[in-house]
Amino acid sequence: MNFLYALTHKVREAPISAGTFNLVCITMAWVVAVHASHLPIWLTLLLGVALLASHWRRRHRPGKTPMWLKLPLTLGLLVGIIVWYGNLFGREPGSAFAVGLLVLKTFECETARDVRVAVAFACFALMAALLSDQGLVVTVAVALAIVPALMSLRSLEPGQVQGTIAQAALPSLGLLAAAIPLALLAFLFVPRLSEPLWGAPAADAAKPGLSSSMSPGDLTELLTDDSPAMRVSFDGAAPRPDQRYFRAFVMWNFDGRRWDHGYGRRGAVAGLLPQGPVATYEITLEATHRRTLPALDVPMAAPEGARLSADRELSSNDRIDEVRRYRLSSALGYGLQADLDDNTRRLGLQLPPNFDPRARALAQQWRQTFGQNDEGIARAALGLFHDGGFRYTLAPAPLGRDSIDDFLFNTREGFCEHYASAFTFLMRAAGIPARVVTGYQGGFYNRLGQYLLVRQSNAHAWSEVWLAGRGWVRFDPTAAVRPERIAADGTAAADGSGPWYQPAWLQAARNRWDIVNRLWAQGVTGFDALRQRSLLQPFGVREAPPSMLVTILAGGMCLLAAIGLAWALYRRPEGEVAQRALARLKARLARRGLASRASEAPGHYFSRAARFWPAQRKELESLATLYIHLTYARSEPAPELARRFVRLAREFRPPRVVK
Amino acid sequence: MTPAGRAWSAVLRRAERRLPSLTRLRGPEALPIALHRRRIYIVPTGFGLGFTVLLAVMVLGALNYSNNSALLLTCLLGAAGAGSMLVAFRTLDGVALTAIRAQTVVAGEDVPLTIGIAPGRRPRHSLQLDIDGRRLALAITAGSPATLELARPTEQRGYMAMPRMRLFTTWPLGMFRAWSWLHPDHKILVYPRAEAFGPPPREPSLDAERGRPHPGDEPAALRMYRPGDPRRQIAWKLSARHEFLLVKDMEQPAPEAEWRLSWQSIHGMDNESRIARLARWVNEAHEGGHRWSLALPDRLFDVAQGDEHFHRCMTALALHP
Repeated sequence: MNFLYALTHKVREAPISAGTFNLVCITMAWVVAVHASHLPIWLTLLLGVALLASHWRRRHRPGKTPMWLKLPLTLGLLVGIIVWYGNLFGREPGSAFAVGLLVLKTFECETARDVRVAVAFACFALMAALLSDQGLVVTVAVALAIVPALMSLRSLEPGQVQGTIAQAALPSLGLLAAAIPLALLAFLFVPRLSEPLWGAPAADAAKPGLSSSMSPGDLTELLTDDSPAMRVSFDGAAPRPDQRYFRAFVMWNFDGRRWDHGYGRRGAVAGLLPQGPVATYEITLEATHRRTLPALDVPMAAPEGARLSADRELSSNDRIDEVRRYRLSSALGYGLQADLDDNTRRLGLQLPPNFDPRARALAQQWRQTFGQNDEGIARAALGLFHDGGFRYTLAPAPLGRDSIDDFLFNTREGFCEHYASAFTFLMRAAGIPARVVTGYQGGFYNRLGQYLLVRQSNAHAWSEVWLAGRGWVRFDPTAAVRPERIAADGTAAADGSGPWYQPAWLQAARNRWDIVNRLWAQGVTGFDALRQRSLLQPFGVREAPPSMLVTILAGGMCLLAAIGLAWALYRRPEGEVAQRALARLKARLARRGLASRASEAPGHYFSRAARFWPAQRKELESLATLYIHLTYARSEPAPELARRFVRLAREFRPPRVVK
Repeated sequence: MTPAGRAWSAVLRRAERRLPSLTRLRGPEALPIALHRRRIYIVPTGFGLGFTVLLAVMVLGALNYSNNSALLLTCLLGAAGAGSMLVAFRTLDGVALTAIRAQTVVAGEDVPLTIGIAPGRRPRHSLQLDIDGRRLALAITAGSPATLELARPTEQRGYMAMPRMRLFTTWPLGMFRAWSWLHPDHKILVYPRAEAFGPPPREPSLDAERGRPHPGDEPAALRMYRPGDPRRQIAWKLSARHEFLLVKDMEQPAPEAEWRLSWQSIHGMDNESRIARLARWVNEAHEGGHRWSLALPDRLFDVAQGDEHFHRCMTALALHP
């Protein structure tokens, strides 16, 4: 009926106040800030300037913004985004465009309706910020952005007492805090979709991660990326730092520059003979938008929903678009593929023709020196890296056509992938089957949380060499150059020390803080359909179907609604004890036919009651005397008297009147 | 008002006549009117509905991308919105319309009204009152009643009933509107409008002097006090010995100042014009300091003067059928 009232009566909307506009600007600034991490820097800066300009304009040039200002701004935004991103559709350009429009909306915030539209749209943009990063810090920042949004809405209401910003912020914070139980209930029990309704996250949203091919310089970006790749919690003690190799891709194909994984080798899984301890652990892998599951060298069996390739790489049956947890057992000491079939041997020796003659010559020379001692050749290669004047750097000089020769004899600087690539090349040239393995190595062991944090910067490449009688043996040529890269407990700094903005103590603090991120990732971001169904396991429900979840959701909502209603309906009783007792008595007597009249004095009421029920005249008179004494005789009556009146009033039973 | 609006008003009026319980048409009630849960209604506003749709889209998006942080944010927004409904209810619950005071005016003038609203124990933000198509907003601090001042136009003499008013709030977020209809049983008296000009009352005849002591008669006669007698004529010392007030009758007003106004003395006019003329005469007599009497077909106000006499006469004229 209310909007119809507006229809029939046309109440004119007043322009919004300066306070409201300030709150809207704060909300918008907050939205831009939470989006800043993935917006291009020029856009963030321009939007900040636009916001300031809008604020200045409203203060000094009030009134409607002319079209000749709004139109070019909007078009400029559109063109800028299309030029930068290449198109307007997709998550990144879409959210950039939305944030831009939101900031431009402040140029036409004149009425309450404008503000409401802007705030609602801002809520949507806040959600969009979480699509690109749903970490704890971002989520909390986004949730707090609701406060200025709610404050803007509150400030629209007419006729309120003006207070300070803090006085206005507290009720909004309170409302948000009171909303938490209902929000948590809904969060826990809204049935998750096991299949997305429409397009899954676009591949362009894939974070940088290990890729299935490797050419010199590919990993540079990854090695400076500090975002977590996975967290590993071991059932027993964690393996030694030099055993923390997590294999992801095994690469056979080399074209002179680039190592390639292809699609993983099918066929019989290479035989594994565990020697020594077995580590059992659980990995929580961040979304990679790929299928590969890293596993500690060497996994013994595939977990559910994944399979082992011939080279014991794990790959999931579906793409990993959200946080994934899996349990594994790995043999830390092993004999892998004791017998090499001819096909595999040929693959392990394959080299592109007409490349890198000097490296081939060196390998041949080693072969002549060491005879059939394959391991001796491998040791010689490691020795070359260790003593040959090689340097570890993340910014190596570029390599020419014969990249291996160039690296071995000219530049002599590089990082893991250069070393692994050159080492494998040398082995193959010397006639020893070898392959490159990429994955993660190392990690920071968080003692408080008892888990190993592996970051993207722990990405690594090494070699595996097939030695007769031992199978595939891991050789890490990078360790020969830079042993601390392998032994370090934490992120191995790239060039001795990290960049100036990442001092060591900050790194350490971040590593420790990660435990909170992990709890967040386990409890919130990783709460998927599967875990939701096992939510009720402590109550004996092994797998809760969606219908049951909905039932619980509805029941919980009813319960919370009842609590909320009880709060809303509760009224503190008015007046003193005696007055309340009298009010109760009056209500009871009214049901028996003696309603109290408006503005009737208590004494008069009691005398009327005495006429109504003559049989109880005495009791009523004593009640009246007592009440009048209590109320009017003293300013602070004795509490015994009050209690006596309450008791008498409660015990008074009027007889039923037969008319 | 647009044609659509007019048509809708007609539909509403008809619906309220036919289905009073459905449309909550409330009959007039005695003051004070306290709001409680059984008479407060809540519906979402247009913005509330729009926001709900937006939240639904957000939930769908969050579920589709299985983005739990976004889902949590959406749940938080939704829960805050739902909570605002309770706050809206609490803003109205316990508010009481305690008093309506009006000044007396003549028909055609705007009557200044003072509406008293008691907040109960809680402060009340952003209460709004719809009355006569106007909207007033106020905030009340806890425990101290507030008043709303407004002027209502009057059209005719007699009692004017208070219209049905709506007290509502969209506090705190503008997503829900809680309202309650108020129809106080309170009437405002409107005096008749005096005619602009006309003949003076018929001059009192000589018989007015008959039986009356002449002015300045000595010794002064004493008589019983009649309402309307000036105070300075009361013989206080003498009255102290009696159980009633005595008045010295020595300063008799001049006989020509005593106006005898009568309904019957006006011929050839309809009722309203007669009332308007009598109202003018009463006004002039009151302002000129004359004594006057007023004879209506069903009532007689004896000769007297002063404010009380004036109001009594005007009330009678206002309510004359």
